[in-house]
Amino acid sequence: MSHKILHKVLHDICAQYDNNQHRMMDVLLDVQRCLKCIDGEAMNHIASLLGCTRIEVEGVVSFYSFFSDTPKGNISIYLCDDIIDRQAGLKKNAKAFEDALGICFGQTTPDGEFSLDYTPCIGMSDQAPAAMVNDIILPNLTPESIHLFIQALRAGTAPEDLDGVLGDGNNAHDLLRSQVHNNIQVRGDVLLCEVGEDAGLHKSLSLAPADIIEQIVASDLRGYGGAGFSTGDKWGFATATQDTERYVFCNADEGEPGTFKDRVLLTERPDLLIEGMTIAGRAIGSEYGLIYLRGEYVYLKPWLEHVLEARRQKGVLGKDIGGLKGFDFDIRIQMGAGAYICGEESAMISSCEGLPGEPKTRPPFPTEKGYFGHPTIVNNVETFCHVARIMDRGARWFHAIGTSASSGTKLLSICGDCSKPGVYEVPYGISVQELLEMSGAKDICAVQVGGPSGHLIARNEFNRKICFEDLPTGGSIMVFASTRNILEIVDYFLEFFVDESCGFCTPCRVGNVFLKERIGKIRKGHAVPEDIDYLKELSNTIIKTSRCGLGQTSPNPVLSSLNNFPLVYSALVNENEDGLDTNFNIQDALEESRHLAKHRSYIYDPDFGEG
Amino acid sequence: MTDTPPKKRIATTSLAGCFGCHMSLLDIDERILELVKIAEFDRSPFNDLKKFTARCDVGLVEGGCCNEENVHVLQEFRQNCDVLVAVGQCAIMGGLPVMRNAIMHSDDPLKDCFDEAYISGPYTQNLKHQIPNDPALPLILDSVYACSEVVKIDYQIPGCPPSADMLWQTLTALLAGEPENLPRELIKYD
Amino acid sequence: MSTAKTLTFTIDGKTIQAAPGQTIMQAADEAGFYIPRLCDIEGLRHQGSCRVCTVKVNGRTTSSCTQPAEQDQIVESETEEVLNLRRDLVRMLFHEGNHLCPICEASGNCELQAMAYRLNITQPTKFPYQQPVRSLDASHPDIALDTNRCIRCGRCIRASQDVDGKGVFGYVGRGVHRSVGVNGDNLADTNVDITDKAIAPETCPVGCIIRKGVGFTVPIGEREFDLMIIGADIEGKSDD
Repeated sequence: MSHKILHKVLHDICAQYDNNQHRMMDVLLDVQRCLKCIDGEAMNHIASLLGCTRIEVEGVVSFYSFFSDTPKGNISIYLCDDIIDRQAGLKKNAKAFEDALGICFGQTTPDGEFSLDYTPCIGMSDQAPAAMVNDIILPNLTPESIHLFIQALRAGTAPEDLDGVLGDGNNAHDLLRSQVHNNIQVRGDVLLCEVGEDAGLHKSLSLAPADIIEQIVASDLRGYGGAGFSTGDKWGFATATQDTERYVFCNADEGEPGTFKDRVLLTERPDLLIEGMTIAGRAIGSEYGLIYLRGEYVYLKPWLEHVLEARRQKGVLGKDIGGLKGFDFDIRIQMGAGAYICGEESAMISSCEGLPGEPKTRPPFPTEKGYFGHPTIVNNVETFCHVARIMDRGARWFHAIGTSASSGTKLLSICGDCSKPGVYEVPYGISVQELLEMSGAKDICAVQVGGPSGHLIARNEFNRKICFEDLPTGGSIMVFASTRNILEIVDYFLEFFVDESCGFCTPCRVGNVFLKERIGKIRKGHAVPEDIDYLKELSNTIIKTSRCGLGQTSPNPVLSSLNNFPLVYSALVNENEDGLDTNFNIQDALEESRHLAKHRSYIYDPDFGEG
Repeated sequence: MTDTPPKKRIATTSLAGCFGCHMSLLDIDERILELVKIAEFDRSPFNDLKKFTARCDVGLVEGGCCNEENVHVLQEFRQNCDVLVAVGQCAIMGGLPVMRNAIMHSDDPLKDCFDEAYISGPYTQNLKHQIPNDPALPLILDSVYACSEVVKIDYQIPGCPPSADMLWQTLTALLAGEPENLPRELIKYD
Repeated sequence: MSTAKTLTFTIDGKTIQAAPGQTIMQAADEAGFYIPRLCDIEGLRHQGSCRVCTVKVNGRTTSSCTQPAEQDQIVESETEEVLNLRRDLVRMLFHEGNHLCPICEASGNCELQAMAYRLNITQPTKFPYQQPVRSLDASHPDIALDTNRCIRCGRCIRASQDVDGKGVFGYVGRGVHRSVGVNGDNLADTNVDITDKAIAPETCPVGCIIRKGVGFTVPIGEREFDLMIIGADIEGKSDD
């Protein structure tokens, strides 16, 4: 591409966003989509158009997985690589892609048509193995279907027109036409049942903002992202600030491996979500809402834009909502670009400001100083949906569901070794055993509750309950049959954290690498008893000194497997009696040298003198 | 005479080191007379003993592992010493030789290292253009290893070299059966 | 002081006074109580990334360079537990990069090295050496960057942005690949200047930013941390 055309393209893209540096994510997403690459020259030019430095642009480009400074293909394929996909036959699918395209992972075909990469969990663990092909999702892949898809793509079929069975519900909507299935297995009484259209919003219109917050507090609604902070309190903090420019952010960056329930809510209950956000806008006195949609869910964007527009037409979004003079609230969708850490609320805010997705130092908390220093409440998709239902049916109704400390229902994403993977809306307090029975999971040895940062529990704990007072979860439930290798699971989770750490603070950036290295040593059978103490001490350091929740929980797979599956480790640990490090292999260390020096070892090759 | 405790046995070796740490040990000067009252040297370059004659209480290892002979000697030291001490930066973390692992900026550091040393280096005259391959030459390892990557190391004495005072304090403490406890002002990495 | 010191809290039992808005570290510094730190330096905004200044506040660990001082806080700093956390962090930084003290011109003036001395790090190597392949940027006539020694503290970044008003340096990459990059193809491609605060000797705590043509000017035995333990200058201070 000539410089002139390149500059024109960049100029047009930046102009679309008013040359606003803070819309960096949108600019770079468009540039990547258009040019397949954001190289040094492009970064220089973007910097001059946005009035910032090239290193600032480069900082963002190099942070997110879906930006690349080397050319990606016109069709970029991201094969989902997580533990569920690995157990569902990732290797043979990966090979099918490589064979069909004639390239390895990380490469682009010489004609620039295809690029092939791995990406962590794309929110399709209930229909694994799955891949992203440009903006669309291809679930339930087999080597045969991969070959057919590549054939069709080579023949000129657009990814969105590839043959396949369309999903159920709104997945089949003209704006989606997606092969993704909802897999709703159990519909509870709050979100996945029939819900009244904007019933909660209309009731809220007659209430003073403070009364809305009071209702939410009375319902004991706790955030559904996993941490379980009181939603009402969070809103109260934002309202207590002097700053009247306030923001309502929805966390739709569903990145915890093994969860996909927000995907279903975004597909089937987008009105409920936006209704909830609108109520929040009224409650905290905010005019601006933002949905941070993970890059992997870009296929949902046209659908969500459509729902937003329809609501504006209906008068339940935008100006004078519901006819209430002065109640203005509108929502913008901010796309992510492949960074798990952006699910952390302050990292998400950084991303929305056009920065790398690094968490911010607290205090101050986002409710006090968030988006550009203004009070910002960040809630999960599911939380906002519940808000709308609480305002319709009342706090008491909601409070009566669940357990004493965990009100309401919870959407669980169950996947792995079960016959009915999918979304289950169940009241808080349900036991793991009940979930296993519901989902048709047999001969299970381990259940990962709450994703990699949660708990890996063994059979003797299957009577434990899903609720904040026992086993909290953002929604991810991965079940593993007794044929599965526990340490492979732990190893994968650590790999995930190593890849997804933002790298800001020392313990998380470096410590997780060391944890992974030592688990690898144990898997090879080279471990000594001291390695177990090492893992515990290192985990403690990472947890105690990391700045944000990622590092504070990343050692959990190690600690919970050490705690609940000690025999797995002890079977691989040997007392080191002679003091020689079993991880050091002299034969491996000499192999290249034998070849280069063209002779064998007089010390370590027993047959040295022969021949 | 019956009350004299048996002398402790010390072994020392220099692997991929420069003998600077050994020189520094000699810098304890007249204290060496005190040392030989309580200890005697087994395998060591000081007395040119090439093999262990008896099990030793303390082994001092200078240098990391660059070749197979270094590994072999280190393993022998581990097997023959109760307490094994890594002395100096090379033994602790590979030292200067370790630069070949990462700083060569090469996909094939060992080959490039050989090429530079024997074939393409500006001061090399090697008409045969081949890497020396006399069977008696120990094979070079794929990368340089710190001692603790090869065997279990009990203590380390940092420094390049560690000062004579540092070595003296550590050695006398270890010979007395006390744990290493270095005064902070003696700790140096250079 | 412009603001009155109306708050009091304790560090390791010692009563400290602080002005509202001060961090724990600032208040401690003024009271002559040194808390180890690498990414924080007077005159630059607080970042809180190295975590070496970790303390326990009312039983919870946090970075003292970013945590505001509050009335009646109970801060623990020199306890064995906190010291062990700091030792692990300093070790991590050593093992993450390529730190060859014997050949480094910063040796003796290096804060990372001095911190290891202060924390009495002599025990057998705990973590694996990563030995990453990192770049050397010698493009600039006056300044070289040996990134083998970079500890990602970002002091040069903040100095360039906030003091020099330039933005010569910035973070790039994520996770273990996070590093300090320059605003251009290489350093010569930037508007860096030898008089910038970003490349002042005190800004880089290690030997990553090097001035060409000088080096090893002070003999061994007379360098900054040959003569004093890091933090001794603050410990000598008192505002009583």
